Amino acid sequence: MSTDLATRPDAPDDAPLIICEHCDSVYRRPSLARRQSAHCQRCGALLERGRHLSTDQLLALSIAAAVLFLFANAFPVLSISLQGLSNEATLWQTVEALAQGRITLIALVTGLSIIFAPGLQIILLIWVLVHARSGRIAPGFRTCMRALEHLRPWSMLEVCLLGILVAIIKLAGMLDVHPGLGLWAMAMLTVLIILIGGRDIRDLWNELGVPSR
Amino acid sequence: MSQPPYAADLGLQLCHDCGQVCRLSDRDCPRCDAVLHRRKPNSIARTWALLVAALIFYLPANLLPVMFTDLFGHGSENTILSGVIEFWKGGSWDIALLIFIASVIVPCMKFFVLALLLVTAQRRSRWAMRERARLYRFIETIGYWSMLDVLVVALVAALVQFRTLSTIEPRLGILFFGLVVVLTMLASMSFDPRLIWDAERQDAR
Ligand SMILES: [Zn+2]
Ligand SMILES: [Zn+2]
Repeated sequence: MSTDLATRPDAPDDAPLIICEHCDSVYRRPSLARRQSAHCQRCGALLERGRHLSTDQLLALSIAAAVLFLFANAFPVLSISLQGLSNEATLWQTVEALAQGRITLIALVTGLSIIFAPGLQIILLIWVLVHARSGRIAPGFRTCMRALEHLRPWSMLEVCLLGILVAIIKLAGMLDVHPGLGLWAMAMLTVLIILIGGRDIRDLWNELGVPSR
Repeated sequence: MSQPPYAADLGLQLCHDCGQVCRLSDRDCPRCDAVLHRRKPNSIARTWALLVAALIFYLPANLLPVMFTDLFGHGSENTILSGVIEFWKGGSWDIALLIFIASVIVPCMKFFVLALLLVTAQRRSRWAMRERARLYRFIETIGYWSMLDVLVVALVAALVQFRTLSTIEPRLGILFFGLVVVLTMLASMSFDPRLIWDAERQDAR
């Protein structure tokens, strides 16, 4: 359900202010229920979303994501066989395949987008959430939260998942392709990262009452 | 229906890193320490520079081969487009379309939309502001799907390594293509959508 702020003047006058990051409009923070969202009256951008998951739920999903991340990286995502020979590839080997001479730079970008960014997201989330669960502000909270903001656009597991699908179809014509354990782990991990990697985490700033310096 | 006030008119600015409402006089966010900017610094010049660099790299990305395939002694090199055509001829028109959208339509749309946003913001145009704001959000969400082809090449190159029988290797074109994706992502990040709305305000910028 979506709410236009103009039709909801029920935000109390002393509610804290929020600013639309896309057009600089100022509003009073609306109180939103689950599944409700508020959009900017001027530019239409999403302003606020009712929180989907509690801190406990976020932490549980982050830990599940950490386990899946280990599986996704430890086991091959695909294996192929051709005339009795077989070969398999893990995520790391996929990145390594691009680390050849002049094009090595692109291996770094790929490594960031399918291994380092999601991995770091999970570690930082667990660190921040473990402390938040007992109402504490984790050491390095500010740095962790800012790092999470900057990592988000570079985490591209969903693109990798589609890439694996395309690779399967591309190779299926000439040899036998088998999905590996790593692929199933990665598919589940992708869903989890979409759930936990979003902007819900920003609520911690207010919930923990992080003081201004 | 009255429009909400602009933050700058109330002496306020937003922290992009944590969402805190800060005073215009603050240099750093009091809550998260991030450096504050009323508008992203040099937004228009930076975005133009990144966009032009991406456009230049887009040529070798399409002209140079992205992949070398050696099947049972038959060596051949593929560019992005010849890869799409191969899929099409092989009967997988859906995959051909998918790669065509991710590798050609998405980057070209980003080039076009960013150039349009830059030109209209520079002219302080009041034309279709809401729609331009929506266009910006659209290219922000679809931009990174262009990495698809890079990942496909990496995957098949990692898998098909049977020395004498068959091998697949990445080629220089994929570097340029990957850089195009990164540069267009950086370009859309450095564009400040609030510039669209500054056209409405007298003293802006
Ligand atoms: Zn707005
Ligand atoms: Zn801040």
